[in-house]
Amino acid sequence: MINFQYARATDVADAVRQIAADPAAKFIAGGTNLVDLMKYDVERPLRLIDISRLPLNTVEQTAEGGLRIGALVPNSDLAYHPLVERRYPILSSAILAGASQQLRNMASTGGNLLQRTRCFYFYDTTTPCNKRKPGSGCSAINGINRINAILGTSEACIATHPSDMCVALAALEAKVHVAGPTGERAIAFSDFHRLPGDTPQRDTNLEPDEIITAIELPAQGFAASYSYLKIRDRLSYAFALVSVAAALELEGPRFREARLALGGVAHKPWRSPEAEASLRGQVADESSFARAADLLLRDAKGFSHNAFKIDLARRAIVRALTQAARGTPQIQSSKKIR
Amino acid sequence: MAQIPPATRNAHEKVYAAAAMTVTLSVNGENRTLSIAPWTTLLDALRDRLNLTGTKKGCDHGQCGACTILVDGRRVNSCLTLAVMKDGAKVTTIEGLAGDGTLHPLQQAFIDHDAFQCGYCTPGQICSAAGLIAEGKAATPDEIRELMSGNICRCGAYPNIVAAIQQAMATMGDKS
Repeated sequence: MINFQYARATDVADAVRQIAADPAAKFIAGGTNLVDLMKYDVERPLRLIDISRLPLNTVEQTAEGGLRIGALVPNSDLAYHPLVERRYPILSSAILAGASQQLRNMASTGGNLLQRTRCFYFYDTTTPCNKRKPGSGCSAINGINRINAILGTSEACIATHPSDMCVALAALEAKVHVAGPTGERAIAFSDFHRLPGDTPQRDTNLEPDEIITAIELPAQGFAASYSYLKIRDRLSYAFALVSVAAALELEGPRFREARLALGGVAHKPWRSPEAEASLRGQVADESSFARAADLLLRDAKGFSHNAFKIDLARRAIVRALTQAARGTPQIQSSKKIR
Repeated sequence: MAQIPPATRNAHEKVYAAAAMTVTLSVNGENRTLSIAPWTTLLDALRDRLNLTGTKKGCDHGQCGACTILVDGRRVNSCLTLAVMKDGAKVTTIEGLAGDGTLHPLQQAFIDHDAFQCGYCTPGQICSAAGLIAEGKAATPDEIRELMSGNICRCGAYPNIVAAIQQAMATMGDKS
């Protein structure tokens, strides 16, 4: 870990002032990802601005009937919050599918969005990586790419975003509230994370001098028909090879509304308007599930070690939709399929 | 309380001694004030500065759970925690769990169930289990396994660890 200076922010305006004044500075909140990356010399901030004591740690109901989640609410508190458990159980489920309880106790809501990829080459500073060192090349495209992306890749980068929580937030169509030197703005969740394109060093559309202050959930929580299914190399405490957030609104046997988001397969939670539209008004059965899966995976492209993810994702989508439609969501503490 | 020497442990700290910051922690019920560099993890502060070597350094990357301690009653990975960020916090390590002359119910249960072989992961397992019991989210063996998944035991003592935690839960439940 390189040496750095440490300062505390006194309020959001002070945090923005401090980060805007120093391009070599970074915010730290939970630190679970940043400190790890600093130990690997991947992140080398010269100054850490500690925002962990800012008053952004409440969960409040909004006038629109949704929830406003402070950026510093720990992942574990959010997963177990009574309103989240009752109204947005897909969010609880996705959070509890990720990391360990120790890490969830530390990690913040805002920080979860800003996790860096777990691509082996991003972590290995002896190899080229366009995300870590723009222009140096991508070692994963012709390397060990079993964990890498199958959707939305570019010639510059095939990294995935590692978050589980973000997959649920994408399905719920959350909003990200941020503050910067020129004021506050809200970013739709689908616009928050980026595809790698030719600038894979930029994970998100957050500006370097902006801070996430809150995540806002709309009123609709899909509490009756949902599932978060995560497929990984071990039953717990591993990153997703493929994960699926399925959030449905059913009217009798038919879909009124369907949201589908994939994790572990792209540089951001992956959704397809066509796939979701294909379900609306249809009978919730294996054939409509399979059609939606095909549409969601239409542009999938495998690399030397990860082509298996395409079939795995197709089956996982059908399974998650089946669970959601039957009201038998995946329980994260017991991996048995009901 | 013993005088804490200035930061001199590694090259970083020698070069940047001027950057040292004062941090006060309540460690196992005793206030300890340290002058440390901002890049010192809580794990290193406990082990190298306070000589509390019960907390173990395994992977040093938040993957194994050997460094698990309780900060303000919640289990965390001390290897990923910067000590300066926890100024004023209440820290409990494996050394602080036992009462006066009596083992903590988890310590007793780990002995009763032979819930370790080499013992390296054990302080982290026990602190993690203390956090788990306080959280109150695990009742079944499946739930214990899931919520203990951040603690790796490479000797493979998992079945006995789960049994030990179940025993401690019952013991502690009886008392409350």
